[in-house]
Amino acid sequence: MTLARLTAAVLALSAAAHADATLLNVSYDPTRELYQEIDAAFARQWLANTGEKVTIQQSHGGSGKQARAVIDGLEADVVTLALAYDIDALHDRAGLLPEDWQARLPQRSAPYTSTVVFVVRKGNAKGIRDWHDLIKPGVVVITPNPKTSGGARWNYLAAWGAAQLRTGNEDQARAFVAELFKHVPVLDSGARGATTTFAQRGIGDVLIAWENEAFLLAEELGKERFEIVTPASSILAEPPVALVDRFADKHGTRKLAEAYLEFLYTPQAQEIVARHGYRPRLEPAAAKHPGGFPKLTLFTIDEVFGGWRKAQKTHFDEGGVFDQLYTGAR
Amino acid sequence: MKAADAAVRRLTRRRGILPGFRLTFGFTVLYLSLVVLLPLGALVLRSTHLSWAQFAAAVSGPRALAAYRLSFFASLLGALINLVFGSVLAWVLTRYRFPGKALADALVDLPFALPTAVAGIALTAVYAENGFIGRYLVANGVHVAFAPAGVVVALTFVGLPFVVRTLQPVLLDLDPAMEEAAAVLGAGRLRVLARVIAPAMLPTLLTGFALSFARALGEYGSVVFISGNMPLKTEIVPLLIFTRLEQYDVGGATAIAVVMLAGSFALLLGIHAIGMVGRRRPARSQVVA
Repeated sequence: MTLARLTAAVLALSAAAHADATLLNVSYDPTRELYQEIDAAFARQWLANTGEKVTIQQSHGGSGKQARAVIDGLEADVVTLALAYDIDALHDRAGLLPEDWQARLPQRSAPYTSTVVFVVRKGNAKGIRDWHDLIKPGVVVITPNPKTSGGARWNYLAAWGAAQLRTGNEDQARAFVAELFKHVPVLDSGARGATTTFAQRGIGDVLIAWENEAFLLAEELGKERFEIVTPASSILAEPPVALVDRFADKHGTRKLAEAYLEFLYTPQAQEIVARHGYRPRLEPAAAKHPGGFPKLTLFTIDEVFGGWRKAQKTHFDEGGVFDQLYTGAR
Repeated sequence: MKAADAAVRRLTRRRGILPGFRLTFGFTVLYLSLVVLLPLGALVLRSTHLSWAQFAAAVSGPRALAAYRLSFFASLLGALINLVFGSVLAWVLTRYRFPGKALADALVDLPFALPTAVAGIALTAVYAENGFIGRYLVANGVHVAFAPAGVVVALTFVGLPFVVRTLQPVLLDLDPAMEEAAAVLGAGRLRVLARVIAPAMLPTLLTGFALSFARALGEYGSVVFISGNMPLKTEIVPLLIFTRLEQYDVGGATAIAVVMLAGSFALLLGIHAIGMVGRRRPARSQVVA
């Protein structure tokens, strides 16, 4: 009698648990607030369309660290990371998704973009306007360590690409980046650490940062203390998203996960994206960001570096160009 | 009588005087294996995927060598500072009574409890150019934050409780009557310190030093905030391991970890050996006397 009732109760509970679908989105650090809002909007829409309640769980951390957690068995249904290289690793190291994952969604699987800009102290005393101003004598530059921070790798490639486009010459780009890092006194391990060093510790004249982070910094720490300077040209940072096939199939959440990722491209999600300082893919949504987004020449990593795999190998792997800048080897 | 003696000897040989040896020894081996040896074994195993040439290349680059040097000397310096000032602290906390003593005693444990990242951020805030102490230091050309000195400061911070907490119980046990006896017999204060207190404390001092040193070698969280992480200048070994992992270079990361593990183990073993010799010496002098 009691046992039967207990069994019934357990069954009822597990049925209730099934009715609530859950999705795990493993993301990187600065997207915390962005996805909180997107998740809520998606859950509302999903409930309206299907009558099913959905809970989306978020995990945030450094992009590379998050990818490694998924490789080691953190069962993410979807990943939304800072660079394609980290999602490539899910394929290369563990076969969690197919190699052509980036072709499955529009715009190389990146529903929003950003770029790399400068934050200077109010008044811009050193007259920083563009990349070549960063290597003027006496200018101190803050950027995190490209070896430990995905965001910093975009910064480095932005500097290199801008110099290469301006001079048309790879050797000069290398010389520029080498000189640039001589102006960097501290290599914080992550982007937020670099922001703290610049804003709280008062070190440096310029912080190289993602545009969305720069907006956030100006907003939270005071527009009367900092200015954002947009260079003439910079990199188009494309933080990609992807379905993790193996775990989504294991959880039976493929449909839901696909709908979630497609939702990111809808006008509703694109407006949220713009409000949080990322550049939306849909032009009209951009107006949702106060002040809009300044125009500049944007180049992609594929155009200048031949894709992430190649850029990583040439520049950031052990003994690569970044190491050579410090060890003097060539 | 003789028969009884022999019986006792036989009994003790077979079983030992304390009961439960087999059970507790078995438990010790199992526990150490599960908690310590298993993960470390996995670490060594993973590094064996590399060929010798790859292993050697991974652990001997100029950045790795610079990092070993910094980690070793900064940890050594931190542990030495703690040895000197931690001893003074332990002495004061055990031998004197003063208002606020309980508070001071509790403060010693804080570096244990504080998340090391918090410690790192706090220390950086204090020693940075616009910090509370840093502004005076930098004005006089002394750079602590974002310099090797900052690494030493962070490692001193995390290692302090190890020296103090190791010394305290032994100091409490040290009978002041011995010092009084020495004084009555005509020994001056320095002589009491050198001939009575120091020999009794030597093994404990070594243990405290070893713990503080070992803790410093492995420290990551607090150092990365204050050191500035500049290649060849302020990169510590744990940061290098982290960097390799970020490149999905698990082999390279474990190779460096294995080198560090072997180094730490050899050092700890050496320090313990010195401690054992030190502990044996007073016993021998008694026999001679």
